[in-house]
Amino acid sequence: MALLRPRDVQQPVLARLLDNERALAAVLLAPAVLILAVFIAYPFVMGVWLSLSSTSVGNPGRFVGLQNFLKAWNDSIFQTTFQNTFVYTFWATIFKLALGMWLALLLNRHFRGKRFVRAAMLLPFIIPTVLSTFAWRWMFDPTFSVLNWLLYRTGLIVTKLPFLSDGTWALWCAIVVNTWRGMPFFAITLLAGLQTINPDLQEAASLDGANAWQRFWHVTWPLLKPVTIVVVVFSIIQTFSDFQLIYVLTGGGPANSTHLLATYAYQIGVATGLLGEGAAISLFMFPVLLAVVWIQLRYLRRLEGA
Amino acid sequence: MVIERHWKKWVYFYIPLTLFIIGTLFPFYWMLITAVRPDAELYRSWRAVNNTPFWTLQPTLAHVQDLLARTTFPRWLWNTFFIAIVSTGISLACGLLAGYALARLRFPMAGLLGTSIFVTYLVPPTLLFIPLADIVRNFHLGNTPWALILTYPTFLIPFCTWLLMGYFKTIPKELEECARIDGASRFGAMVRIIFPIAVPGILSAGIFAFTLSWNEFIYALIFLSSPERKTVPVGVVSELIRGDIYFWGQLMAGALLGSVPVAFIYSFFVEHYVAGLTGSVKG
Amino acid sequence: MAQVVLKDLNKKFDEVHVVKDVNLHVRDKEFLVLVGPSGCGKSTTLRMVAGLEEITSGEIHIGDRLVNDLPPKDRDIAMVFQNYALYPHMTVYDNMAFGLKMRKFPKAEIETRVKETATLLGIQDLLKRKPRQLSGGQRQRVAVGRAIVRHPQVFLFDEPLSNLDAKLRVQMRVELKRLHDRLETTAIYVTHDQVEAMTLGDRVVVMKDGLVHQVGEPLEVYSKPRNKFVAGFIGSPAMNFIDTTISDAGGLYAETTGMRVKVPADRVSRLAPYKGKTVTLGIRPEDLREAAGSDPHDLVFEALVEVVEPLGSEILLDTTVGTHTVVARVDPTVRAKHHQKIRLAFIPHRIHFFDNRTEEAIV
Repeated sequence: MALLRPRDVQQPVLARLLDNERALAAVLLAPAVLILAVFIAYPFVMGVWLSLSSTSVGNPGRFVGLQNFLKAWNDSIFQTTFQNTFVYTFWATIFKLALGMWLALLLNRHFRGKRFVRAAMLLPFIIPTVLSTFAWRWMFDPTFSVLNWLLYRTGLIVTKLPFLSDGTWALWCAIVVNTWRGMPFFAITLLAGLQTINPDLQEAASLDGANAWQRFWHVTWPLLKPVTIVVVVFSIIQTFSDFQLIYVLTGGGPANSTHLLATYAYQIGVATGLLGEGAAISLFMFPVLLAVVWIQLRYLRRLEGA
Repeated sequence: MVIERHWKKWVYFYIPLTLFIIGTLFPFYWMLITAVRPDAELYRSWRAVNNTPFWTLQPTLAHVQDLLARTTFPRWLWNTFFIAIVSTGISLACGLLAGYALARLRFPMAGLLGTSIFVTYLVPPTLLFIPLADIVRNFHLGNTPWALILTYPTFLIPFCTWLLMGYFKTIPKELEECARIDGASRFGAMVRIIFPIAVPGILSAGIFAFTLSWNEFIYALIFLSSPERKTVPVGVVSELIRGDIYFWGQLMAGALLGSVPVAFIYSFFVEHYVAGLTGSVKG
Repeated sequence: MAQVVLKDLNKKFDEVHVVKDVNLHVRDKEFLVLVGPSGCGKSTTLRMVAGLEEITSGEIHIGDRLVNDLPPKDRDIAMVFQNYALYPHMTVYDNMAFGLKMRKFPKAEIETRVKETATLLGIQDLLKRKPRQLSGGQRQRVAVGRAIVRHPQVFLFDEPLSNLDAKLRVQMRVELKRLHDRLETTAIYVTHDQVEAMTLGDRVVVMKDGLVHQVGEPLEVYSKPRNKFVAGFIGSPAMNFIDTTISDAGGLYAETTGMRVKVPADRVSRLAPYKGKTVTLGIRPEDLREAAGSDPHDLVFEALVEVVEPLGSEILLDTTVGTHTVVARVDPTVRAKHHQKIRLAFIPHRIHFFDNRTEEAIV
């Protein structure tokens, strides 16, 4: 039998190359990898270098070891900031999860105008945070707060509440606004999870004599757990690294009492111009993010393995 | 369905849902009402007897006029729009190609690369803004839209890649195999068969990426300095507050007008947006 | 029109060896069926012929070309997939025209060919529809039409009928057979359904664990299975296997509890070395019948009926003999009741013997 060579040796080199699985993969991935390498990997390396140097605006700086980290660690504002970040993340996530779950359960029922309500519920998540936070700031205004007016008129208070003028109050206000903004994300993703649960299970459980709470706890919740964990991880990352909300609502005040790591890093690194110290402060986020990402990856692996 | 009594339905359903709706939408109502109330009504003491904060009898467009007269607001809108569109376009293109490669092709280190892209997906912008500012300066991109157009993809590409990879995996691979047997190259099968089928996924990713870009704040705050180059969120923050004085009427008018375009686009693509949202967290 | 030759073909996925030294010669115009349980490597073999899987080692020739390094589009083949793989965003017409368009056929010619093929398959009224508007059977036809419209050298079918319901499956099977007779194009067909394999194939290739166990015409594979696996896989209900001991008592006998069968004369010389050893006796349910008085007693055994399955044209009896389960397919006139005994007789020349260690047939 005569073995002819493949007849397409004369095909254009590029076409031949693109039909090779590995070459095609390299070509397809190149743009994404290039952009991510230049604007994420490189800045990350540079950020680590900056954090170990005394660089400030107009001063190239020199290597100072862990001095920036130590300085921050011993700084009382930083300590408050560090603590705030955890308090803020913890409570906002808890509230978002609880309210989001509740809203998802409500939206999972049949009622007129459901699509419209669902669409409207997502608005806080769509509208730029900065802009909606301004509305909240105006609602919390020390002199003209509509909330104070409302509470006063309903007889719940006699003197106005110090929404943003007291450090503790201000942080809780920020938690409320963050919850308001992030809750729809929880509600809609959990709702999507709920919709994949076979309603027969609910009926079977109620035939077995389970009440509404037991049905939720023993049927719905276990099936919803995978979605929930992923959503919580995403939310933790976003909340822990939050910037815009605090920047607009309190600017870190009063008296630097409501800073988060990101806003404090901005204040030191950009507003004051101490790039090295600012970079060090934002890198304090890194271990926590790493831990969360690691948990997430492990969890995904386990799901794939299952 | 499980049968309920009438009052129970009110207590467990209608009342909570109504509270959710009011709580969610009130700030937007507040934006709207503030934007059209005359200053005399806005700055009335919270205990004043004649204070009627929830409505106004003298609606005015003065704040909007002031906003347009004293700032370059339309310009900000255009900047935001332009930057969001271009960076979304770039990210979609990169995400489409990379997502396809990760979903379909076998090559060494595919797993590692997929994981790295997922990890970059989880890197928040606030971790890297200081060194990134330096890089933008070094590339002489500071105060140009390109500073944002090139940096927004850092969070948009991982998202688009992740979402589209998930979408591609739902398309039977026999379709492109059949196309390749029918006479298409790998690349041709991808472009002619898989991409057209993935249009809903591409729309979802695009809408979601667009809202993310429109929403972005910290990079825009740091990389742009001239008033006429700013995006809406940054413009509103930096140009409508003079020292400690907040021009609430104009601020709320700006917030409202800055929200309308994105809300408008959202209203047309709610389902795609929701698909993007739920897809963004799928493993 | 072309032959397809596979030479020492191997495929490994990482460390898993899924296709092992497969050698096949598919003749020109032949309809060859690869059959085997899932995971036997039949689909992978087909996909290597298509160019969808890389070849680990070995050669594939289509016509007189070595196609190892040729991308699928240049192999001049067409394939029909189990899930049809119709392009959902294209109409039936565009689906069928796609391959011709990719090969830059003139528009008029494309139209003629598509219409001709559609008429041949009876789908000429569906050309403007999208795949989602079609029923399962119609989709199947479109998938076949898309393959034949190109007049390729070889057709590849990967379980094309599995997604159809039982009735349609039989109907499409007949149509495929008729189509092949008419088009006379070489075809390789993969299925796990041995009935499909037997009815469609000019020759059948039985595979398991990446190995080719037997190649032959359907009746040859059925009546002369080369080993125990092929014997058990082909035929439904499956062949009965009974462990027996070979003994010599004035002639060779295969014995087990409740059964003592005289070894047919033509098998005696091959079975002699097994004297005193255990071999597997195989008998198909249809090769057992109710014993008549005239049957020699050393071809008859007594069985206890457990289940009676009347199928109309025949009756299946699930019986036990000692510790063995034996299925018999008997005449509908047989009056058997469960928990009763029945005397069954072997058709002697249809008895198979298999070596217990190698599982090879002893012939």
